[in-house]
Amino acid sequence: MAKMQDKVMIRLRDVDKCYGTNKVVKSLNLDIREGEFLTLLGPSGCGKTTTLRMIAGFEEVTEGQIFLEGENVEDKKPNQRDVNTVFQNYALFPHMNVEDNIAFGLVEKKVKKPEIKRRVGEMLKMVQLEGMEKRLPAQMSGGQKQRVAIARALINRPKVLLLDEPLGALDLKLRKQMQFELKHLQKKLGITFIYVTHDQEEALTMSDRIAVMNQGILEQIGAPEEIYNRPATKFVADFIGETNIFEAYVEEVMDGRIGISLEAGTAAVKAAGFHKEEMVYICVRPENLKISAEPVIDFNIRGKVKEHVFIGSVNKTIVELVNGQELKITTQPDVELLSMGSEVNLFWNEGKGILLHTKEEQIYNLIENTVKIEGGGDD
Amino acid sequence: MKLKRKLKEYKPISVLYPCLVYLFLYVPILVVIVFSFNTSRMNIVFEGFTVEWYFKMFENRQLMDAFRNTLLVAFFSTVISVIMGTLCAVGLYKLESKIKNIISSSLYIPIVIPEIVFGIALLVFFSSVHLPTSMLTLIISHITFSLPFVVITVRSRIAGFDPSILEAARDLGAGEFRTFMRVTLPMIMPGVISGGMLALTLSLDDVVISFFMAGTESTTLPLKILGMVRKGVSPDVNALSTLMILGTIAIMLFSQMIQGKIEKSREAHSGVE
Ligand SMILES: Nc1ncnc2c1ncn2[C@@H]1O[C@H](COP(=O)(O)OP(=O)(O)OP(=O)(O)O)[C@@H](O)[C@H]1O
Ligand SMILES: [Mg+2]
Repeated sequence: MAKMQDKVMIRLRDVDKCYGTNKVVKSLNLDIREGEFLTLLGPSGCGKTTTLRMIAGFEEVTEGQIFLEGENVEDKKPNQRDVNTVFQNYALFPHMNVEDNIAFGLVEKKVKKPEIKRRVGEMLKMVQLEGMEKRLPAQMSGGQKQRVAIARALINRPKVLLLDEPLGALDLKLRKQMQFELKHLQKKLGITFIYVTHDQEEALTMSDRIAVMNQGILEQIGAPEEIYNRPATKFVADFIGETNIFEAYVEEVMDGRIGISLEAGTAAVKAAGFHKEEMVYICVRPENLKISAEPVIDFNIRGKVKEHVFIGSVNKTIVELVNGQELKITTQPDVELLSMGSEVNLFWNEGKGILLHTKEEQIYNLIENTVKIEGGGDD
Repeated sequence: MKLKRKLKEYKPISVLYPCLVYLFLYVPILVVIVFSFNTSRMNIVFEGFTVEWYFKMFENRQLMDAFRNTLLVAFFSTVISVIMGTLCAVGLYKLESKIKNIISSSLYIPIVIPEIVFGIALLVFFSSVHLPTSMLTLIISHITFSLPFVVITVRSRIAGFDPSILEAARDLGAGEFRTFMRVTLPMIMPGVISGGMLALTLSLDDVVISFFMAGTESTTLPLKILGMVRKGVSPDVNALSTLMILGTIAIMLFSQMIQGKIEKSREAHSGVE
């Protein structure tokens, strides 16, 4: 995936992090390219902040290495790393005014006074806080404080900026605006951003690539479209956007196609890499799931229209399958709705249903393999 | 006009009661001040106004020596206990919670031990290490009893600290020491100052422990006064007391002024969050 000419800015190699016996990050491998906007996305407690803090140097890695521009940063303190952080709660110095807060890093670098003054001015202009130099953090709104925090982190011209849910405390409107501004800033400056959020919409709109984490494990990394359209695991499919998930059994494998049976019917779909008698998940986005009153080729999944919900730009239809599972289907407002209670056939267009191996199967394979290995060792 | 209306809102009893409390608190102090200007040697009737006792007091060499000793001891013990106590509190903040609990609960022991026992303990200790009582032992002992107070007041300041503020300083390139000087210290300043004020007042009027620790050359003002009072309270003691009251008030106002200044920025800060 990574293009050869892209320089790797940060490289995580088999990074583990344990708090006592609790392993919160598990053999994480991650390459972050120069100038990239990478988002760490995942549910609460999945280890996003911990990962960020290891990169910044606030937490030591238990196992593995972190490289910044090819250099192992194991022995470097936070103040020796060319990385700056924007904290979730801003963490502005309450006893310093805006100007002094922003200048903090330059004062530490012993930059000359006039130069500091000039660069602080630049930063204030960039984050649109001119005229607020003398304000204390206490006298500013959340959005303004956030801008100060960003300016303070960027004035050092770091190679990488780490942002831990920087917009978490802002209201929706300001959040949207700041998302736009941040993205714009990142493109303008060309600095690598590692952005932590548990808001998937934010991740999808802002990122060049998204790394989805779950319980300390990197589930998938890829461009937003890739993550959304081709989730690699059930977790990713479920976590990003709305999705309908069926469990199915592979009845037969033909060339390029498989026949599957669900609790509520059967289907024949294009797929490769699956074998007979395997359990699979099928994930179909609400906008890709279709219903028809007429029978459909290759599909024999039947359900009943249970409810129509109008949610603004689209119509949402709830269909109940014979086994009681409820499915969500969204249609454009100009599509005619089938009447409530009518029997319908469900289907999706080729390529719109994502097939995934089930975890149980993987675990089963794993056990099978280890048993084999152990068995071999005993001989 | 406004005041009148305000007063009307209160019932007589709620005005009377605080007045009585204040009388109770301040009459003895007023009496001392009044009698310090009395021409008579007796503290019974006010015969006439004079400032003679104030001059007399300043001519009393022994009293002035004791005063000087008190100031010296108070100054050094305060400065040292503030430095040690602040560092201790900051260190505790960063410590692991288990050890922290043990250390911080042991902080209260010197505070709750009866002073007299503490005084004897110090005496026994110093004689066992063959350190004769002197200004030095006096200063050391004053540090010992004021240190826990400093640690506790500073700690109560740090307790509410957002640790990411310190991390932000590190992140922006400040080393441990620079972070302490530029961020930690300014933020805990109100605690440091009130800790210092506490140490100062404790040292200034300590009698019990100083009694054990002071050598012949290092008697302190409270001890001296106690000695003088044995022969009856003379007007120069009243004069001295008056000056001390004024001094205390001045210190108090001063510290409140600084505190208020620092507090303003901090309080407003926490108010928004
Ligand atoms: N200092 C610590 N000591 C022990 N456990 C910790 C510590 N910090 C974090 N953890 C644990 O590590 C796990 C991951 O925490 P982390 O803060 O990285 O999650 P997160 O993905 O940032 O979650 P959120 O979205 O809620 O911020 C959690 O289970 C948490 O309880
Ligand atoms: Mg977090």
